[in-house]
Amino acid sequence: MSQAAQGRDRHHADTAPGDAQRDGHDLAQGVRSYLIGLGLAVLLTAVSFFVAGTSLVWQPSIPVALFVLAIAQMGVHLVFFLHITTGPDNVNNVMALAFGVLIVILLIAGSLWIMSHLNHNMLPMDRLMQMQR
Amino acid sequence: MVGGQKPSGAPARYGWWKPLLGVAVVATAFLAPFRVRGDVAVPAGPGGTLGSATQDGLRQDAGGGTPSGPPRGDRNRLGHGGGTRDRQHNTEHGERGPASKRIIVGYGFWIFLLSDIIMFAAFFASYAVLSGETAGGPSGRELFELRNTAIETALLLASSFTCGIATVGVQAHRGTWFYGAMAATFVLGAGFIGMEASEFASMVASGAGPQRSAFLSAFFTLVGCHGLHVTAGLLWLLTMMAQVFAKGYRDDILRRVMCFSLFWHALDIVWVALFTVVYLMGAGQ
Amino acid sequence: MLGKLTWAAIPLDQPIPLVASGVVGLVLVGVLGLIVVKGWLPYLWREWITSVDHKRIGIMYCLLALVMLLRGFSDALLMRSQQALAYQAPGFLPPEHYNQVFSAHGTLMIFFVSMPFVIGLMNFAVPLQLGIRDVAFPTLNSVSFWLTATGALLVNISLVVGEFARTGWLPYPPLSELTYSPGVGVDYYLWALQISGVGTLMSGINLVTTILKIHAPGMTYLRMPMFCWTSLASNLLIVAAFPILTATLAMLLLDRYLGFHFFTNEAGGNAMMFMNLIWAWGHPEVYILILPAFGVFSEVVSTFSQKPLFGYRSMVGATMVICVLAFSVWLHHFFTMGAGGDVNAIFGILSMIIAVPTGVKVFNWLFTMYGGRVTFAPPMLWAVGFMVTFVIGGMTGVLLAVPPADFVLHNSLFLVAHFHNVVIGGVLFGAFAGYTYWFPKAFGFRLDERLGKWSFWCWIGGFYLAFMPLYVLGLIGMTRRMQHYDVAAWRPWLLIAGVGALLILAGIILQVAQLVISIRNRESLRDLTGDPWNGRSLEWATASPPPAFNFAVLPEVAGEEAYWSIKERAREQAQAEEELSYAEIEMPRNSPTGFICAFFATVMGFALIWHIWWMVALGAAGAFATFVVFAWRNRSEYVIPAAEVARVDRAYRAARRKAYADLQAAQ
Repeated sequence: MSQAAQGRDRHHADTAPGDAQRDGHDLAQGVRSYLIGLGLAVLLTAVSFFVAGTSLVWQPSIPVALFVLAIAQMGVHLVFFLHITTGPDNVNNVMALAFGVLIVILLIAGSLWIMSHLNHNMLPMDRLMQMQR
Repeated sequence: MVGGQKPSGAPARYGWWKPLLGVAVVATAFLAPFRVRGDVAVPAGPGGTLGSATQDGLRQDAGGGTPSGPPRGDRNRLGHGGGTRDRQHNTEHGERGPASKRIIVGYGFWIFLLSDIIMFAAFFASYAVLSGETAGGPSGRELFELRNTAIETALLLASSFTCGIATVGVQAHRGTWFYGAMAATFVLGAGFIGMEASEFASMVASGAGPQRSAFLSAFFTLVGCHGLHVTAGLLWLLTMMAQVFAKGYRDDILRRVMCFSLFWHALDIVWVALFTVVYLMGAGQ
Repeated sequence: MLGKLTWAAIPLDQPIPLVASGVVGLVLVGVLGLIVVKGWLPYLWREWITSVDHKRIGIMYCLLALVMLLRGFSDALLMRSQQALAYQAPGFLPPEHYNQVFSAHGTLMIFFVSMPFVIGLMNFAVPLQLGIRDVAFPTLNSVSFWLTATGALLVNISLVVGEFARTGWLPYPPLSELTYSPGVGVDYYLWALQISGVGTLMSGINLVTTILKIHAPGMTYLRMPMFCWTSLASNLLIVAAFPILTATLAMLLLDRYLGFHFFTNEAGGNAMMFMNLIWAWGHPEVYILILPAFGVFSEVVSTFSQKPLFGYRSMVGATMVICVLAFSVWLHHFFTMGAGGDVNAIFGILSMIIAVPTGVKVFNWLFTMYGGRVTFAPPMLWAVGFMVTFVIGGMTGVLLAVPPADFVLHNSLFLVAHFHNVVIGGVLFGAFAGYTYWFPKAFGFRLDERLGKWSFWCWIGGFYLAFMPLYVLGLIGMTRRMQHYDVAAWRPWLLIAGVGALLILAGIILQVAQLVISIRNRESLRDLTGDPWNGRSLEWATASPPPAFNFAVLPEVAGEEAYWSIKERAREQAQAEEELSYAEIEMPRNSPTGFICAFFATVMGFALIWHIWWMVALGAAGAFATFVVFAWRNRSEYVIPAAEVARVDRAYRAARRKAYADLQAAQ
């Protein structure tokens, strides 16, 4: 993208997702964001793999810890790789993301909730089939 | 566990830290030349300027002009400005009309990615519900090798990084950086796919194919869907290298590179959920 | 070589499908022959098939919906007459055929009538209302349409080659699994929906991006017409819900094609998971359909009451609340599945809460009419008919949201009556209101008003006759989808329902007549002002039909009702129209990509259904090649010179001045 076009884009109070708001084409600055992101992501991944295999911590806490670490890492990716910020130029992008995340949570949590209650109340299908024989 | 004392070699059981260390080394190697050369501002090619003038066809006013500050009564810039204005200032500045093409394309692709992630959520929901239904077959604990997963994760993470470098390179119109980083991304992504394919093949060969149980059906579908996305991404990647090579840094090509990088980073985010929920939690059960 | 396809797939031994497919085939061949003989093919190819103009694509969507409505309605007539005859008798439809008929009816009416109709209206009207030249991704729009058409084509091919699903409009496993449905019917259903679902998803992405990112100058979000808001909500729901459908159907396909165990009875599969996932899409789907209809009614009620919409902001709020709540109620479709009292209670309460924003909307329309100068043109008739009918349907819906009541009414004809009450009384009436409302904008002449009113009365009378008896039947115990029955008490009600269906048939015939007669009398029905209804939003500010670029100069918006304020300003200032400064306009070039993609998608879908693997590879390769060729093109736009823009716009303005002068002289 040419400088002129990018300059014009900035007059729109919007940024395309994935576009960092940078001045000019400073390579180092561009790379820095990715490098910080990579560092944090490597760190979080390493901790995840460590926690999963460790017997140092209380075992039931492990899934929770993994969950938190995964969400943190997704956040790192969003901020440093996808350049999603809380700035006013990103409102639309963040709103869309929030809507998507809401649907994802509703779908997964709702399915688990409904199906666990169902499994609790009903016989498993294979047992049901055996009873009919 | 028997006793609180952990054998000192336990974490190295699957040497997960080795591939991650490798990524860090690769990244540092990448950074070294950048720090030296990166401070030079690279002017955009004349082709780009011309291209953008004709590509932003949806804009009514030809000149960008200077911004007139945030419009009244719209502090959060949710809308496109308010109030009336004189017709004379029509072509200069003021309230914004349609957004630029880069924003439109980027936003459209962003919406697509969200819908794609919701599709993954449906597969995740099925996996979560069916993960206990092994029907007497093998469970994740017996099947998953975390060493493989760690290497796959490292490959994908590194490829996400190189993909970021490629976008920085392409925006600066630096062919070496773009092609080099894209090639690295391809190699890393192909390595990921190769590992996943061999993992799948060995599972099927050992009688743990998707037809064995509902758990394995859900596993193969969820992980396989991600794998298919990465494969499609690799095809797209090659196409983008070819397009930049054949057509240069044209605005529409740059928009596609931006979409590709969004796609690739999003796949990495999905993988984070995957290795956590499927592999780490599955192997730990 | 040809997979499962043999001569046995063509129903030579069954008279009804044979005759039906023969008639459809003859009509198709006749139409194609006429087009070729008259030499219309080049025109159609240039101006319609390859068109990326949102107006043309919108019109084609609506046309597809109207044609499929005829097909789906003939299925409805078959069912009504079967049930009228089948008291202690087999009737004229054998069970396996009857099951296909009700499955095809539901599938067609939801996916290939309602969906294309509302998407067509949104495609046509939204960019005009926003004051812009086209949607965000014009070529993608064309691809979306043609993929939807592919899905419709596949469903109709099943009439001639093979069979359609016998599993209802949602193929519940384990019945739809290979063990119990070994034929190709379910595969027809699944691939038709997968292909058209991709089209719908892309169309949703396209319109969300358009509405959020492309506006005429000054068109802030809170100045957008109501129809744009409801379209935004509807398309957000498409983007969020259709991936769930795609994933769910993909799992069923994997079960059927590769022996996976998602929803099977064996190896730990869980059929209930299908119900859960399909309704996580299915409930938002009903809001995808009804929200644009709400938008149409908002426009129509305000225009024909000659008043601004009452409570615009509350309407926006209600729309967005529905958009989110739509995703939190899906369990009310399977209260009886056995998830238990606490789960049922929460979902029941959430379902009832949705009635609140809907009620807000109904009151807003009523208050818009209150004190207005209401004229009862056909669009307004549809709107008023909707308000009465939809409130009844909504209240029976609240009744069904009460879990204990649902245990009694589940899968009874009461449910069938309820959803027809909201889908016909809501979506279809909305689509018809939009069709009569925007027809003059699309073609430059009005539809015949007298026939329009007659058809409305036939429709609404027929609707009440056909579906009120079903409420009664549901309460006295008749379940849905019965091929024959032995209860004498049901018979009279089913006969009344049959008469109602005939009355609706009269309404449809009158609509067809209205279209034909209006085209014949188009000169006397011509509208040169571009604003036949004294409209309030921007689509009425340009010529009818609008030029390819919609607006010679993008209009500037200074308030909520963009065109109304422009007209008022002109009236107050009583000034001659100012000369605009025209500039050249860049428009997207036409592209056959959509049509060619759809061709390969049809080939691929058909091959997948019949397990013809070499043809699958061929179709996939062709689609990919089309895509690459498209991506490789260098010029995606053409320029309309300023002089041409000025010529077109000045001609329109002169015609408009003359038309208004004639009108004044006539008064």
